[in-house]
Amino acid sequence: MARKKLPHPPPDQQPHEGRRNFLKQSSILTALAVTPASLLKAAELKLDEKAATYFEQVPLSLEINGKTHKLSVEPRVSLLDLLREQLGQTGTKKGCDHGQCGACTVHVNGKRVLSCLSLAVMQDGKKVTTIEGLEDGDKLHPMQEAFIKHDGFQCGYCTPGQIMSGIACIREGHANSEEEIREYMSGNICRCGAYPNIVKAIAEVKKGGQKV
Amino acid sequence: MINFGYTRVSTHKAAIDAVRKDSAAQWIAGGTNLVDLMKKGVTTPEKLIDINNLPLKDIRKEGNKLYIGALALNSEVAENELVRTQQPLLSQALQAGASQQIRNMATVGGNMMQRTRCPYFYNTDMPCNKREPGTGCGALKGFNRMHAIFGTSENCIAVHPSDMCIALIALDATVLVTGPKGDCRIPFQNFHRLPGDAPHKDNTLERGELITAIEIPDNPYQKHVHYLKVRDRSSYAFALVSVAAAVDLQGDKINDVRLGMGGVAHKPWRLTEAENFLKGKTATEATFRQAAELVMKNAKGYGHNNFKLKLAPNTLVEALKTATVKA
Ligand SMILES: Cc1cc2nc3c(=O)[nH]c(=O)nc-3n(C[C@H](O)[C@H](O)[C@H](O)COP(=O)(O)OP(=O)(O)OC[C@H]3O[C@@H](n4cnc5c(N)ncnc54)[C@H](O)[C@@H]3O)c2cc1C
Ligand code: FES
Ligand code: FES
Repeated sequence: MARKKLPHPPPDQQPHEGRRNFLKQSSILTALAVTPASLLKAAELKLDEKAATYFEQVPLSLEINGKTHKLSVEPRVSLLDLLREQLGQTGTKKGCDHGQCGACTVHVNGKRVLSCLSLAVMQDGKKVTTIEGLEDGDKLHPMQEAFIKHDGFQCGYCTPGQIMSGIACIREGHANSEEEIREYMSGNICRCGAYPNIVKAIAEVKKGGQKV
Repeated sequence: MINFGYTRVSTHKAAIDAVRKDSAAQWIAGGTNLVDLMKKGVTTPEKLIDINNLPLKDIRKEGNKLYIGALALNSEVAENELVRTQQPLLSQALQAGASQQIRNMATVGGNMMQRTRCPYFYNTDMPCNKREPGTGCGALKGFNRMHAIFGTSENCIAVHPSDMCIALIALDATVLVTGPKGDCRIPFQNFHRLPGDAPHKDNTLERGELITAIEIPDNPYQKHVHYLKVRDRSSYAFALVSVAAAVDLQGDKINDVRLGMGGVAHKPWRLTEAENFLKGKTATEATFRQAAELVMKNAKGYGHNNFKLKLAPNTLVEALKTATVKA
């Protein structure tokens, strides 16, 4: 869409046009088996600058909620789209897709980040935790329990992001007062305005001292 | 988003060569600004060079300077013990920017290089000399509520959006750069530039020049510092006006002072004249008010942003009041 709006560069500046059209038809995710061995090897060795630039499919190894995935993605795929569109893990939500709402918050190597602004290829070798990875068997995570108890949502769209962010907020040591919780949760917008109950839920989990 | 190539580099040389050889290649660090701009079609690199494997994450003391690597994360810098105890103004400014999720991704180098949030720059259907030189400035006579009041030109009235940079300009930081011609050091004051007739250039870096670190010289600004950011909501919004104030106070007397202002110019705005005026004076609201008047001498509003002509001096006075009462 965005590309259409751009003024058209002269033909001689469009060297990749053909490839782009081709790429539109190719599936974003292909099985590992079709990834050229040479690319895989370069990635393993991390001799990256010596390898040819990856244009089409980049091999990617990721641990998502404890499970290792060997994948192959186009460089332009965000971590959010990889999770939702390719892996069917739709717990992580797409609100704005531009870093402005926090609905897509996940943990990467233990830190909360925005998956909509993260390129999947840049997460190679990292550990990702999403809302789907929180429960322990049938048991909900204490933060999930607290959101239910305190009515920390109405429509629920922002909730996975709020919960991932709330857990990180406690782990970081930024949940010592309601004021501090509000400040450190400001990256998660709730259009239903459930903020007071969200703050209560996080404050209670923090006070309870459970491991989060 | 259009498709693009992707390469990782792990040495400075490889990083520099990659963008020097290919005029359509661009470095990516945290990606929080670049990915957003690419999704909007504002920036369209054909190749991304991932620099995250470069060894530039250190935060350490080097002699009488604090060294902060260009790839140190905004959240890590803000919460670093050395930064918090020795340069608390920087810590405060970083905490006031974006959200914890974004600070966990954003790097120091990327923060300095972030582009303006001017809506005309972001909208590829609108004229913008910064995005597309020669198309005109849509904001000049348009919706310019967020725009600059200092150092503007008729070609561009955009502001630099960073909070971190306002503290860095006040603290006399130096930018360490390496590039095709070797290493160089740029005083923070000379890093970003005014729009003039080349608003597409945000700063003085040349193509292929990589920021490796910033350095902040030791200073007496630990106790009396304050970063005051005025915005449309109390958190997670860009500054309308912000002030970084660092005061070396002895009793009531101002030994020395450093002041930066954000949200008002194309570059982080240093308030040198006000600093000189305040040196040696007693810290009172009346003195702060006089200093603020000096600051506003060359200010110019463009309509929707006229409120900044009042907000800016008031923010300066408030920041100085808070800085000088804090123990
Ligand atoms: C919703 C939202 C709200 C925000 N709010 C604020 C705010 O309130 N205050 C604020 O200050 N900021 C705010 N930001 C901006 C944020 O701080 C920047 O996006 C971030 O600092 C950019 O860093 P990065 O590492 O992600 O850069 P990237 O996006 O990776 O890169 C940005 C640019 O810097 C270049 N670059 C990166 N590293 C280097 C280097 N070492 N040398 C040379 N060039 C380099 C890249 O090539 C690119 O052109 C906000 C961002 C978002 C999305
Ligand atoms: S979807 Fe990522 S911040 Fe809104
Ligand atoms: S519960 Fe509806 S957006 Fe938060």
